Amino acid sequence: MGIETRKTYLSLLAKCPAPRLDGLFQALALKRDFDWLRVPEIGGVMVRGRMGGTGAPFNLGEMTVTRCAVRLSDGVVGHGYVQGRDKAKAEQVAIIDALMQTDQATGVDEMILTPLAKMAAEERARRTAKAAGTKVDFFTMVRGED
Amino acid sequence: MYVAVKGGEKAIDAAHDWLAEERRGDRAVAELSVAQIREQLALAVNRVMAEGSLYDPDLAALAIKQARGDLIEAIFLIRAYRTTLPRFGASAPVDTADMICDRRISATFKDAPGGQVLGPTFDYTHRLLDFALAAEGEPGVSEGEATAPAPGSADSGKAPHITEFLNKDGLIEVEPTSDDTPPDLTREPLEFPANRALRLQSLTRGDEGFVLGMAYSTQRGYARNHAFVGELRIGTVAVEMDIPELGFAIEIGEIELTECETVNQFKGSKTEPPQFTRGYGLVFGQTERKAISMALVDRALRWQELGEDNQGAPAQDEEFVLSHADNIQATGFLEHIKLPHYVDFQAELQLIRRLRTEATAGTEAGA
Repeated sequence: MGIETRKTYLSLLAKCPAPRLDGLFQALALKRDFDWLRVPEIGGVMVRGRMGGTGAPFNLGEMTVTRCAVRLSDGVVGHGYVQGRDKAKAEQVAIIDALMQTDQATGVDEMILTPLAKMAAEERARRTAKAAGTKVDFFTMVRGED
Repeated sequence: MYVAVKGGEKAIDAAHDWLAEERRGDRAVAELSVAQIREQLALAVNRVMAEGSLYDPDLAALAIKQARGDLIEAIFLIRAYRTTLPRFGASAPVDTADMICDRRISATFKDAPGGQVLGPTFDYTHRLLDFALAAEGEPGVSEGEATAPAPGSADSGKAPHITEFLNKDGLIEVEPTSDDTPPDLTREPLEFPANRALRLQSLTRGDEGFVLGMAYSTQRGYARNHAFVGELRIGTVAVEMDIPELGFAIEIGEIELTECETVNQFKGSKTEPPQFTRGYGLVFGQTERKAISMALVDRALRWQELGEDNQGAPAQDEEFVLSHADNIQATGFLEHIKLPHYVDFQAELQLIRRLRTEATAGTEAGA
């Protein structure tokens, strides 16, 4: 599995709503024998911006993040990094990350990642359509004195 | 000076019990849930996240509930919580050109490429109380939802920055690029002179009312710099961070931001030709009043680097602006004067009595 694939699904999982992931995760009844390499912990990440959008970086403020790491009984390691304070979600993401490196990858991809990606795309399309509905054209009126 | 006092434990407990009771209000009225605050008072939540300097809508909503709607008290709770969090690291700078915009307007270019998108705005509303909201009706579904987006629709919600078009003609100053680690005022005490990175960090978490007042003062003539809103955009951006144990970066979340770029007049200096200059505002959440204010104050504070005159205006004085922008520092110092100062005041009383005695003795002696 390439770095791009792993990066894509970890990014998808970090951002997806926890109840949605939980529903798919529970439905798949994944085997979950693992040891903690790092128990779930909640912390902050300093988010940076750039001056003028393109210039030098500055510190904007922090966001909450939960992370953990697991090792399956066969030694495969999975990492979970998720937005917000949600230890259960971080655990599920770490397990999924580990399973994606095993022969269960196809099943996990089909039953969890693909539906999550589809729902995220639909949600985004709904929101951009709403925004597009508020697109305006301003006409400059000719002023009397001109 | 504040001197420690003892006692009053029972009274304090009783006061806090009563506070909890008052927070709940009339029990005949349903209790607010944290989710209701997060969803239905989203702009209050955004302000608490921006000034609390921590992006977490659930925590901000909880803080608002606990603080009975006192937003500065809620910001205080968030700031206190923030200090308990271990710092995992810093994100890569967010790419606002990649923002999926809910709103994106320009006051300078009518035909902005990518279009003018109003988004969910209070602009053009009549500011008349809507009594239908008091009738607890559900609002209708807006147009956008009804028209299902075409699959693979060309409209990605992304749009280029408008100031980049001016940049192509060299009519606006270029932002110097750099990847230097910016200073962090949550780690090092703020010292003067501050650089622009520190000023922007201070302004984005500064009190909305204070930053608004400072910005307004520049519009009224105190260091006037003729700002146009080149672009105002609100939307979501992904936050990416390097994960050492993975050896590559992943997106660890998605946050809503408001960005304001102003285009300001500049007559030129000894080294620069006449061109437009920039002010910049970037704030957590949908917080456009704050973002516009931040951009105006940022521009006013840049007088020195642009070789402009110091007009002695408050908005040009970085020590004045940055030292007073933080509402938690301000409220902490302001509100502490209501706490017991009995020893202090006893000293003042003795002094006044002595001076009066001396003054009276002096008058009698002179008579």
